[in-house]
Amino acid sequence: MAGKKKAPASTNALVGVSRKKRPSSKTTTVHPRGEFVGIEPKRTLGGIRVGDLLSILGAAVAAFALTIVLTTQIAPITGQLAFFVVWYVLFVGLYALLVSIDDSKTFVVDRVISVVVTSVAVLLFSVLIFVIVFVIGRGAQALPFGNFYTQDMQEAGPLDPLTKGGVIHAIAGSLIQISIALAITIPLGISAAVYLNEIPGRFSRFVRTIVEAMTALPSIVAGLFIFATAILMFGVPKSGFAASLAISVMMLPIMIRSADVVLRLVPQTLKEASIGLGASQWKTVWNVVLPTSRSGLTTSIILATARGIGETSPVLLTSGFTAGLNVNPLADPMVSLPLAIFQFVKSPEPTMIARGFGTAAVLMAVVLTLFVIARWVGGMTPEKSARARIRRDMLVANVGQRFATVRKIITSRGTANRSKELS
Amino acid sequence: MLDDTPRKLTIIRDGGDKIFRGIIRAGGSTVLVIMVLVGSFLAYRASEALNKVGFNFFTEQAWEPDQGKFGIAAVIVGTILIALVAICVSLPLALGTSLFITEFAPRQLRGFLVSIVDLMAAIPSVVFGLWGFFFLQQAIVPVSRWISQYFGWIPVFAVDNVDPTDPLATTTVYTSSTFIAGIVVGIMVTPIVTSIMREVFSQTPIGEREGALALGATRWAMIRNVVLPFGQGGIIGGTMLGLGRALGETIAVYMIISPVFVIQPHILQNGASSVAALIALRYGESTPMGLSALMAAGLALFTMTLIVNFGASMVVARSRSGAAS
Repeated sequence: MAGKKKAPASTNALVGVSRKKRPSSKTTTVHPRGEFVGIEPKRTLGGIRVGDLLSILGAAVAAFALTIVLTTQIAPITGQLAFFVVWYVLFVGLYALLVSIDDSKTFVVDRVISVVVTSVAVLLFSVLIFVIVFVIGRGAQALPFGNFYTQDMQEAGPLDPLTKGGVIHAIAGSLIQISIALAITIPLGISAAVYLNEIPGRFSRFVRTIVEAMTALPSIVAGLFIFATAILMFGVPKSGFAASLAISVMMLPIMIRSADVVLRLVPQTLKEASIGLGASQWKTVWNVVLPTSRSGLTTSIILATARGIGETSPVLLTSGFTAGLNVNPLADPMVSLPLAIFQFVKSPEPTMIARGFGTAAVLMAVVLTLFVIARWVGGMTPEKSARARIRRDMLVANVGQRFATVRKIITSRGTANRSKELS
Repeated sequence: MLDDTPRKLTIIRDGGDKIFRGIIRAGGSTVLVIMVLVGSFLAYRASEALNKVGFNFFTEQAWEPDQGKFGIAAVIVGTILIALVAICVSLPLALGTSLFITEFAPRQLRGFLVSIVDLMAAIPSVVFGLWGFFFLQQAIVPVSRWISQYFGWIPVFAVDNVDPTDPLATTTVYTSSTFIAGIVVGIMVTPIVTSIMREVFSQTPIGEREGALALGATRWAMIRNVVLPFGQGGIIGGTMLGLGRALGETIAVYMIISPVFVIQPHILQNGASSVAALIALRYGESTPMGLSALMAAGLALFTMTLIVNFGASMVVARSRSGAAS
């Protein structure tokens, strides 16, 4: 207790009392001695101990050696995967053995599970990253050429090198189709979501159930629906417009569902305050509900867009395929990025396959951009943006104050000097 | 004594409000009409095909609508097998990863990992299809061969017309199989399942966690007795939602499998089938009967995903963690 003398009296007394009351058995947690500075710092419950690290490393090395012995001397197997699996099983076993030297069974189970869970997570993340790296790596041949982003495939045949042809037609097609789809889904989706929240009742519950059911609609069935109705019954040609209709049917339930959740999170008190002040329902929605949930609504729109822009199957049935640039959504076939990928890799030519992978890299870049925007906007809760504004104002005020002080000093000096000069 | 019932309130809405309510009501109704139209149109067109073949639709394996001989027995079984393989892949991966993110990962890493998982859920399925077709198709052959060699006595893992002990035997018999399609779809749905499970796990009451730890539980004991029971609904619901996605997946499956129209119970063997891939393959048949038959297949698929999705939302809503997703 010698070290604790410097601590403030109040905390010292408190610690003293609690110490006295506690029975002195061996299970009592003994606080580390040393300088006691005010409030006790939070102890880290997790973290890695040196012993753990050493036993993991030891088990890994031992398993590696044992695997080599096993696979070369005792039971020869080939293949890196088999080697890795044998190594992993041995590693877990040896690690359990190492831990069991010091600890009881409960701890052995805990340690082994920790290792297994961590390795499952590492496995998933490495597989996902591998998928992306694989696609970008195979597409890397096509990506450096400027013509890949500025030309279409009309002039380029399957045997042409990568210096000819590109995917501008698919980029344009994707952008046009998703724009039309958004022009349809945003007004419909947001107004339907507002309806579900603002006019509750039996009918809106029914609408909500149907919308929820429709989120289960497989995208290919949405495409089939538009193919059978718009194209075969009403004679709309296979075009960008038909594709946007199919994408809209697919996106609409997704958007409504997430927008509905976001709108439900608007605090009831805010709405009541607005109505209590005499605002009409429309004014309340426009000035309170929508601004409060703006970032959430934007996120739901952007995430639905990311889903819509990456879907191949509805587009496959409805947009037709063309190798040329077509910016008229109403007339001729219009290709989009996922469909272009699908068509490119059907070809046995390596350059076409490289183009397919390059297009996939472009598509992923588009999705990533949308996602980053969604995250950025979604992170902007009203409190956060308000806090940012306050911080900005404070900064401005602070700087302004400094300037004012400096100015005051300068002016006071100036006046002092002037007064000196005058006198 | 006064009767203490609430007074009846009359709400008088001004013109703006009336217009506003009209607009949103119209929006809601339009959405309802579109959605009901999709469903009823599917049902109507499907009924033509169903009337023609009757109950045979569920037992017939071949798909020759113009000869009046078609049924979904083969494709539905294929779809379910692919989805089951997918779930077998994604359930352990998702469970482990979501536990890792909520319980084991360093606090500073958590937000980053959550973003990565959510981003992966937005990766287009065609990208996974590319990976499956150009990488996994070849890479998985030794694994398939090994499983068929040692577990071939289980009917599901059997492979016909091949001697697994012959190292020079052709490997094409192991490609384009249900197994490969299932793995690709499984990896594709894992981020979505993970994200739902993680959300539910992270809502475990802190008091109960700390209570378990204070009683001397190890981290695993705390997870097993507090987090997993609490998140049970999320685990089941998330898995079922992934199952729904896996059932409806088209393009990745279409790129990998080589379609067959017989029931193919051998998941490691070349040849598989799925309803969505069937539609993508045959929609070009412009005969009205062929299209009706595809509609019927689409309706069957939709009914299946619908049941799975509603089951998932019911499980999640009834669980303690509530309607989190």
